[in-house]
Amino acid sequence: MSKNLPKTDVVIVGMGAAGGVAALPLTNAGLKVIGIEAGGWLSPRDFAPDELRNGARNWPQAVQKAATEAPTVRATSDQKAVQGGHPMMNAVGGTSMHYWAQSWRLNPWDFKVVSATRERYGAERIPADSTVEDWPFGYEELEPYYEKVEHAVGISGQAGNVQGRINNEGNIFEGERQNEYPMRPLRASPFTDLMGEAARRLDWNPFQGPAAITSELYDGRPPCQYHGFCNKGGCHVRSKSSTAFTTIPKAVDTGNLDVVTYARVTNIVADHDGKVTGVDYVRGNETFFQPADVVLVASYAYENVRLLQLSKSRAFPNGLSNNAGQVGKHYLSHHQGSPVIALFQRDLHNWYGLPAQGVAIDDWADDNFDHEGLDFIGGANLWVHTDRKPMGAAKMSTFGLVRNWGSEWKKFIMENADRSNMAYIQKTTFPYEGNYLDLDPNVKDSMGFPVTRITARYRENELRIAEFSQDKMEEWYREAGAIEVQRTGLGNAMSASTHAYGGTRMGNNSETNVVNSWGFSHEIPNLGVLGASVMGTSGARNPTLTVQALSWRTAEYLASNWRSIAG
Amino acid sequence: MARKNPIKNNDKQTVDQPLDPSRRNLLKSASIVGAAAVGSGAARNVIAQDSPQSSATSSPITREALEVLTAEEAETLEAICDCLIPSDANGPGAYEARAVHYIDRALASHNKTVRENYMVSLEAINNYSKQTRGEPFYRLIKDHQNSILAGVQSNKVQGCVPSGSGFFNMVRNHTIDGTFCDPYYGGNQNFVGWDMIRYPGIRLSASETDIAQGAALEPNHQSAYDHDTYTKMASNMAMNQRGGKGNV
Repeated sequence: MSKNLPKTDVVIVGMGAAGGVAALPLTNAGLKVIGIEAGGWLSPRDFAPDELRNGARNWPQAVQKAATEAPTVRATSDQKAVQGGHPMMNAVGGTSMHYWAQSWRLNPWDFKVVSATRERYGAERIPADSTVEDWPFGYEELEPYYEKVEHAVGISGQAGNVQGRINNEGNIFEGERQNEYPMRPLRASPFTDLMGEAARRLDWNPFQGPAAITSELYDGRPPCQYHGFCNKGGCHVRSKSSTAFTTIPKAVDTGNLDVVTYARVTNIVADHDGKVTGVDYVRGNETFFQPADVVLVASYAYENVRLLQLSKSRAFPNGLSNNAGQVGKHYLSHHQGSPVIALFQRDLHNWYGLPAQGVAIDDWADDNFDHEGLDFIGGANLWVHTDRKPMGAAKMSTFGLVRNWGSEWKKFIMENADRSNMAYIQKTTFPYEGNYLDLDPNVKDSMGFPVTRITARYRENELRIAEFSQDKMEEWYREAGAIEVQRTGLGNAMSASTHAYGGTRMGNNSETNVVNSWGFSHEIPNLGVLGASVMGTSGARNPTLTVQALSWRTAEYLASNWRSIAG
Repeated sequence: MARKNPIKNNDKQTVDQPLDPSRRNLLKSASIVGAAAVGSGAARNVIAQDSPQSSATSSPITREALEVLTAEEAETLEAICDCLIPSDANGPGAYEARAVHYIDRALASHNKTVRENYMVSLEAINNYSKQTRGEPFYRLIKDHQNSILAGVQSNKVQGCVPSGSGFFNMVRNHTIDGTFCDPYYGGNQNFVGWDMIRYPGIRLSASETDIAQGAALEPNHQSAYDHDTYTKMASNMAMNQRGGKGNV
């Protein structure tokens, strides 16, 4: 028997990177918010510098809700979908507790791929089977929200374009900013110096990328201590600007946010008039109905889509907000694989590094270079960083130089454990016909609900960028003195990803998009969606800051239009 | 007691004079079944080289239960791990790190779903060894062990689960985990794995000077759990100080 709870103004499903940001402008405006979270509260004491537990054993993700509902994956609809792992974690703060924390703004080109490509190269250069659209607004619209979250969350970095003033210490290709970052970038290291100098010799423009990590005392949190366990580990001194240590506690302090932990939302309830009235959730062995005037879904791309698809009602027989059949469409996993690996002749001093301490090259990203004569559009951000831990170091590539075990191999890793590096290359990825998310007809989660099925594969445009960017990356490594360089495959199926986009895409056309330009459903006025599931293009960089800027914008819009939306 | 010495054997001198493989196997097998091998020349040799420093940095008695593996499985796996990351002229390996002890504990807990892969595959390797060399794997000389293990890796040895190469890759991964993980988990004993690859140890903070080009940090031989912050006891104490209210 479900227990009816007292009504609240807003329910946010998921207190992660997106929901955890949206809670702050809402509660600051005096709205009563209930945040429903599948995980619990974690503290800095929970993040021991323990590579085996955090990395190989995947703590704490291995035991969580997300792990019981990992998507199944197949490249095309004639294949059998196979269940893999789930890349995200459940906790107050969500995956922002232990992510790499690279915190980019998108390039202005990413907002207008269709019109800019048509103008510069001709419409035929847009991949024929792509469903890509221009965003309903440009970079300029999102700029003030980027700035708000950069301050509210705490981002360190070096600006490259403040009100048109170009600074080549930062990213000269970035969209114009009104102000500098609130903190200077993370410190350099011998390896980042080595790579930065090599890039300058190539006449490229290297810069230290932005990070949701403190580089100095900020808002009561100490600067990064560079202990080397940032990747797959939360921060032991709260330097990583997770929403769990920034916007969520501030929202709790207003007295207007209640966080319900270890709760799984199973259904968003809609009435006959086509408005949502609240959510059903399960906590322990009890079920509850939480009524609300407005529901914001913020549970990551796969769960956002799945929750809508599972929430069927008389008004929405094919799933919530899916009468136009667009929920699950325009899905894409960011092409961030196909790395290049290099071996150097000297120690790189990376034992106490982190993924967000590195050097970026944007010269071959977005439309920052002329694509005339090339067979693709878009490009890649090249990123090298300093993350290294002992188990991972011992599992390094042998570059075909020795067998991967025995005395020769042991001698090899004794010499080279601190001498290799793997580049991280993020590429422009588009949505396509035939790539989508739906409910798996066979595989169920631990409660008996179908899991998400990913049917998607990369197309020519992504694979050509991958090959092109591997060439550039090899050139960069060789210039820096690498003695061996190894490339990996270009990719095929889009697997479950930490960078999952689309499925509830944002756009003005209600026939091809689920939410409008403010993030609210075209079909249901009091249902909003937060997260990268609203994004129609990936850009060549990590999505989180854009997700957070969009979340802040949706929340602010809701607060200032409360009567018409909640009405 | 014979057991403790090779385990804490950290000093260059012994390392430069690796034990004769058959002797070492005898020593290991004796210790695993609990018999005393103190009388063997190899054991005395090791005892004689026990340095005061290594005594000070390790517990006087090393206890190892077999939680999952049988004695013969443990001995076979010990020989495999010693092929993968050998104790040799370049220093200690998986044996000194106690990778097998780590794997045994892991098979009782986190890796219990692959326990059967180990049971079936280790038996298949011993059977193959008996058929081709007349003796179980762990009694062979190192060269013969290496060639059989290469056969496992290239799927020439039948009967391994999920396949020769699949089993090989799993054991290789687990052996590396057991050699380079935090010592809390029973491997990387006396930090021999971290010393092998010159990882200077767990630090809660690293300065710019610490990582400067050419800097060579002294290994600090610290586990994550040498830091009070992360231990259960510290957590309990912190809770008591707050009146038992738990996380804040």
